[in-house]
Amino acid sequence: MHAEMTQQGAAATGVAANAEQFLTFMLNGEEYGVDILRVQEIKGWESATEIPNTPPYIRGVINLRGTIVPVIDLRRRFELEAIDYTSTTVIIVLRIRTGDSEKTMGFIVDAVSDVYNVTPDQMKPAPEFGGQVRTDYVKGLATVDDKMVILLDIDHLVGADAAFGDADRTAH
Amino acid sequence: MASILAVDDSASMRQMVTFTLKGAGYDVIEAVDGQDALSKARGKQADIVLTDVNMPNMDGIQLIRELRKMPQYKFTPMLLLTTESAAEKKAEGKAAGATGWLVKPFNPDQLLATLKKVLS
Amino acid sequence: MSVDISQFHQVFFEESFEGLEVMETGLLQLGVGEPDLEAINTIFRAAHSIKGGGGTFGFTAISEFTHVMETLLDEMRAGKRLVTREAVDVLLEGVDRLRGLLGSARDGTAADVEEIATTGRRLEHLLNGQQADAVASAAAAAAEAVETHGWRVRFVPAPHLFQTGNDPARLLRELTSLGPCRVDCDIARLPDGADFDPETCYLSWTIELDHDVPEAAVREVFEWVDNDAEILITPLASEVAPAATAAPAALAAVPDAPERRSGEDRRHDESRRQGESKQAATASTSSIRVDIDKVDALINMVGELVITQSMLSQLAADFDPSLIEKLQSGIGQLERNTRELQESVMSIRMMPISFSFNRFPRLVRDLSAKLGKQINLKMAGENTELDKTVLEKIGDPLVHLVRNALDHGIEAPEVRMANGKSAAGTLTLNAFHEGSNIVIEIIDDGAGLDRDRILAKARERGIVGEHETLSDEQIFDLIFAPGFSTAAVVSDVSGRGVGMDVVKRNIKDLGGVVEVESTAGKGSVFRIRLPLTLAILDGQLVRVGEEVYIISLVSIIESLQVKPEAVSSVAGQSELYRLRDEYLPIVRLYDLFDVKPDSENLRDGLLVIVEAEGRKVGLFVDDLLGQQQVVIKSLQTNFRRVDGISGATILGDGKVAMILDTAGLIQLCRTQYQPSKPWQPERQVA
Repeated sequence: MHAEMTQQGAAATGVAANAEQFLTFMLNGEEYGVDILRVQEIKGWESATEIPNTPPYIRGVINLRGTIVPVIDLRRRFELEAIDYTSTTVIIVLRIRTGDSEKTMGFIVDAVSDVYNVTPDQMKPAPEFGGQVRTDYVKGLATVDDKMVILLDIDHLVGADAAFGDADRTAH
Repeated sequence: MASILAVDDSASMRQMVTFTLKGAGYDVIEAVDGQDALSKARGKQADIVLTDVNMPNMDGIQLIRELRKMPQYKFTPMLLLTTESAAEKKAEGKAAGATGWLVKPFNPDQLLATLKKVLS
Repeated sequence: MSVDISQFHQVFFEESFEGLEVMETGLLQLGVGEPDLEAINTIFRAAHSIKGGGGTFGFTAISEFTHVMETLLDEMRAGKRLVTREAVDVLLEGVDRLRGLLGSARDGTAADVEEIATTGRRLEHLLNGQQADAVASAAAAAAEAVETHGWRVRFVPAPHLFQTGNDPARLLRELTSLGPCRVDCDIARLPDGADFDPETCYLSWTIELDHDVPEAAVREVFEWVDNDAEILITPLASEVAPAATAAPAALAAVPDAPERRSGEDRRHDESRRQGESKQAATASTSSIRVDIDKVDALINMVGELVITQSMLSQLAADFDPSLIEKLQSGIGQLERNTRELQESVMSIRMMPISFSFNRFPRLVRDLSAKLGKQINLKMAGENTELDKTVLEKIGDPLVHLVRNALDHGIEAPEVRMANGKSAAGTLTLNAFHEGSNIVIEIIDDGAGLDRDRILAKARERGIVGEHETLSDEQIFDLIFAPGFSTAAVVSDVSGRGVGMDVVKRNIKDLGGVVEVESTAGKGSVFRIRLPLTLAILDGQLVRVGEEVYIISLVSIIESLQVKPEAVSSVAGQSELYRLRDEYLPIVRLYDLFDVKPDSENLRDGLLVIVEAEGRKVGLFVDDLLGQQQVVIKSLQTNFRRVDGISGATILGDGKVAMILDTAGLIQLCRTQYQPSKPWQPERQVA
């Protein structure tokens, strides 16, 4: 259902020159966007198998058609107030580039919102957020239909997080 | 479209030749050496034979010699894929009944151009 | 049509590396002075293929380098050149350089130009300095091309022309494509009706080509029929055109120019292709060459599976309770099919260990020369199969153990003779299957390990206490301790970089073990035991609260209910369980993994006794579930390595379960595990 919606959204908006398309989602009343080209699929929340000795925002792993995919609770990752998952809670499955490899990861968000075209001149650098969301995960801010959308740099969010790195990576 | 028997023990050469020929619309029968080619030639009539020279089991020259003995291959164009260094191989191949040769290295366009020459 | 030939690069590299193996193996077996023609032919063919492919796929450096080697080999097989030790050495060196060239072409890295040039010179020198000056001959050929004002071609095919697959009509058509022609057909040789043989060529032609084309172009048309026809090409005696004095220079430049361009294009193409091949190499996962029989078996099995499946659905379509037996037998068959299919699929990844053993004849040859030792290499069980990943990863440890045996194991000839042994030592590599493991033995008949020196050194380093007594087995195992080296002198053969501890760790990472047997004066046996595959595991499912974990069956010794009187605690911290005459640490999995168990009371659950690396612990779980084969999936693909977890799998219900890494768990609980609630015997086991 959600996947359909995003596709229709993408078709309806059309693509302006130089515009990037972002899939947006809601998190604690804020609207966030990720590069739509990185979105592999959107699926409803299902329980995950916990991975021992990992931070609480890593909810565990799910079986995505035979592939083991970790899921991250973005609320907890951004240290926002945790809530119970509802019927709108979804996992957005994204392709993340780390170093020379590509990983597939799921991100739990409150709800999927829309698809926007954002031209470079609509994008503004992010100011300091006062500790809630570190600015280096933020690609920029965009104003679309008088709303502010926080555009995330998803590679950086994962790449800069020690919880995703191999303990022995430096040894190789 | 014409069907071509492509014989080479090198998988990369065979893939390249097959891919090129199929892309140009030919039917391709692949064989990995002379013996394999001979048994495949018996099963299906090829309109052209393209064969590498140096191969295990049976080399390309012997293959041509054997094929020419078969009535249905008496007049079939047969091309040797050979390297420039093997001048005496060309003569040997001709003596065995080869129609001509294509000198390695060749690119897909050269291969197709040569085939066009042979096919009326 | 344009075909992107870079898509064939991967295959070219794979087959070329295989070709180099063939060349190396062949050269090593080549008896000096007694050429085995078939052996030389095999080596020649491999070189020939690499050269041809190199040229075709745009790796000029590779094809040029191979060309010299190919020429040498060609002379050898033609009996024009003797097989000398020197020649074999230089050719082997050439094989090494080619390997480097191929590797750098594949990875897009720079090749060692100096090294290649040196070997290239040695090869050329071997060829008696006959250096084909391609540039000079090309220039000479260009100078020969004289411009003319047309040609007369007399073309008299031999009667058998048709039987070479050539067609005069085609040749004439090609000739006319060069420019306007006048063609006269000579039918003088045509016989009368009855004698006419349609398979014979009776006609001949005279063609006049009124066009300024190089003679070479005309000759080229008839190239294939040179020996099957009489061909006479003479310049047309036409009047000199008024502008002729200026024309020759301009004409000479024309045919030349495009050729020069195409040469440049090719260089551009090559650099571009090599760039692309680098991308292809990093993007594509490694491929595998599979025996066709395995694929056929697989196809058959899938066929059977389909039949069983359709039989079952038919049964289900109008199911009658009286058919229950038939249904059960059908399901049994489905299970069998599935199991067989799984085994068959797994076998696709299995490759013979010869892929790894093949490098040793060369290594032993080079090393024994360097060390001044005489060594016979024997290999057995080369066809023993194991998983491709395991095979690739066991290569380095094997090389290390072989080097070690040559360097430290087998003695110098004079020492051996003094001890009443043959001057030549023997190194044996042996591989065989044992249950679901492969065993690889590296056996030498050298001096054996020096028990006392190892012990003294271990005491000196504080690895073993002053008054500790150890069994021989335990002492020999010390050589795998980090930083432990028994060599009196660190030689450049065994190197100082990696030690036996790395060998042991690498083997352990593959889920294997290495052990040593040694007899003073008689030699040593290093025995590696590895699982056949890293892809499947016989697992025991255990439950802790709502979580299900999988423990490898081979690491489980037994599972038992806790006898309260057998539990004791040390310093109020760690708990020990007395099992017969051993005390084993108890690891409460719920505590280690921070999950909620059914019960924290040891009496309510079970202890699973597991062993890894000679250490045993009791894992406390709520319950044992079934045993089943599970497919191991990596957590690293999309996440990272996790301590104590070797991977994950998907269970029958579609849920993911973690597979425990027993050795890692033992390590983890030794370094990290601090029970949050120290065990109180009186309170909990009342």
